[in-house]
Amino acid sequence: MKIHEYQAKELLEAYGVPVLKGFMAETPEKAREAADALGGGLFVVKAQVHSGGRGKAGGVKLAHSPEEAAEVTKQMLGMKLVTNQTGPEGKIVRKVLVTEGADIEKEYYLSVTVDNEREGFVIIASGEGGTEIEETALKHPEKIVKEFVSYETGLRDFHARYTAKKMGIAPEHHKAFISMLKGMYRLLIEKDCSLVEINPLVTTKQGQLVALDAKVNFDDNALFRHPDIVSLRDVNEEDPKEVEAGKYDLNYVSLDGNIGCMVNGAGLAMATMDIIKAFGGTPANFLDVGGSATTERVTAAFKILLSDPHVKAIMVNIFGGIMKCDVIAEGIVAAAHETKMSIPLIVRLDGTNMEKGKEILSASGLQITPASSMAEAAHLAVSAAKEGK
Amino acid sequence: MSILIDENSRVLVQGITGSHGQFHTAQMQAYGTNIVGGVTPSKGGQTVLGVPVFDTVREAKAATGANVSVIYVPAPFAAESIMEAADADIELVVCITEGIPVLDMIKVKNYLRGRKTRLIGPNCPGLISPGKCKVGILPGSIHKKGHVGVVSRSGTLTYEAVDQLSRAGIGQSTAVGIGGDPIKGTGFLDVLDLFNRDEETYAVVMIGEIGGSGEEDAAEWIKANMKKPVVAFISGQTAPKGKRMGHAGAIISGGKGTAESKNRVLKECGIDVAPTPDKIGETLIGAIKRAGIYEKCLIK
Repeated sequence: MKIHEYQAKELLEAYGVPVLKGFMAETPEKAREAADALGGGLFVVKAQVHSGGRGKAGGVKLAHSPEEAAEVTKQMLGMKLVTNQTGPEGKIVRKVLVTEGADIEKEYYLSVTVDNEREGFVIIASGEGGTEIEETALKHPEKIVKEFVSYETGLRDFHARYTAKKMGIAPEHHKAFISMLKGMYRLLIEKDCSLVEINPLVTTKQGQLVALDAKVNFDDNALFRHPDIVSLRDVNEEDPKEVEAGKYDLNYVSLDGNIGCMVNGAGLAMATMDIIKAFGGTPANFLDVGGSATTERVTAAFKILLSDPHVKAIMVNIFGGIMKCDVIAEGIVAAAHETKMSIPLIVRLDGTNMEKGKEILSASGLQITPASSMAEAAHLAVSAAKEGK
Repeated sequence: MSILIDENSRVLVQGITGSHGQFHTAQMQAYGTNIVGGVTPSKGGQTVLGVPVFDTVREAKAATGANVSVIYVPAPFAAESIMEAADADIELVVCITEGIPVLDMIKVKNYLRGRKTRLIGPNCPGLISPGKCKVGILPGSIHKKGHVGVVSRSGTLTYEAVDQLSRAGIGQSTAVGIGGDPIKGTGFLDVLDLFNRDEETYAVVMIGEIGGSGEEDAAEWIKANMKKPVVAFISGQTAPKGKRMGHAGAIISGGKGTAESKNRVLKECGIDVAPTPDKIGETLIGAIKRAGIYEKCLIK
């Protein structure tokens, strides 16, 4: 799960990480009030969307008075922000963060994340932070420094000290840096984060070490034990079809093709997308309907697939295994009836009672084409989608 | 022969009284697996599906001599179940449960270091040595006894591959689903090593997917050590970057872990890669024919 920058900063602050003072605003008036409360003569208005690259896309603007902060906020709210991470559809700005300005001396990159391979944690840092960090990682990987943190020790002062030296942080900042990094680690551990990132971390001309921007992601599997984190979720930032799928425990990912896919199992679902592409078609989605393809779940899945106007045909690929194909077939027919399926539906069912399953599909009176193999189903789906154009 | 499990495996079911646990216990019994008992805290003393239920793994092991445990416990409690089984020195622990938090798995993996327990999974379908023993949720009927080892990060895609093999008259020694999580008990390399040393396994099918670097590491290992033909398939060639594709571990992050790069490394290491998922069986047959062992692999 992702959260907004302003939420990430509130969490970090609670863990002792110094952040620039700021307030979230959903209206120009609130932005003016925020600037008034902050005081001073320089404000930064930042679009709050779940994406990086906001600055270059026009989502970060300076203001020199509370009035200007309100004006900038007015322009920003409702605007479609297209960054290098959002895709061409962009994201609508619904909230902004108004912060005080900073006199930046130098920018750094600092993050803590899980190290899957070594079954511990890793600090990733750079003496060259800011918006170009991804390019730095590609062109000058030597400028990205890493420090492994084992599960047994946890993040200790010495890990932070090594990191500070590798990043080129001046000695007078080391004490603050160590405390900051340990705060980030505690947040990661206590809230089951998958990433705690500060970019940029800056030193100011006034001699402070402070987080200018922050990103905190969470392990979805651990949300059951963090109701406080769940309450930070902003569904406006998520794909509506993916949100709907989540309600039925369906794993769904939107893609840009025209063949809707419904498959049981993640590996087979990816393989189904691959075979559609290999046969000259384009998948509209990834959808893992899970182990129990009940009528209710299949109906929900069909509704989500049909809500995508680009979908010209649907391919169902179920390897029944222990589940009986006749039971699944009945579910598919009922779901097709309920959703008034009007586009070609190609169904491949394999496993126990396969023949009985096919009979049920054929006898349904619906536009369902049974297929005997994944390859046959993919061929049929690709040609049906081409005809449907 | 086979690897990890066979007719001598004495299997314990953790979470036997839950609906999932009961259903699959009955399925395993029907396949011929020797289920010796179950564990559900505070349900000790009951009998489920003809086997005794215990409160703890230690008690269950002492009473039944179990050497394998399979876990159907819900995600919030699964990490503890794995550690309890390891604490009791169960040799092989198979965790079916999906959705265990990453930090829990880090704790589990660090606990397992230096202990004698091998963990398969979590978030996996389990494993089967056809005709001998099945531990997990795999459909027994599609598997045929034979000489090809199968190792995979997926569940249903494994069934698809096994089905292609069985229909082509190629049996399996053992099929192992290692699971779709980023942090897991046993990786490709460990299973390949076991297959390499198993006299009854003549060739191996490896099924990977996007995310992580397990396939690349396995490819290098195969090139250096494997004495038997290995073929592979990687799913997720069309998966977008930065999106989790169902499995927690199936994500291309920072441009790493793409199907393209995995396929390239596999091919560079001399491993045949099936171009599409319907060609997994065909690719294996091509490789074993070239190695001159096709006849030996056919089901008699």
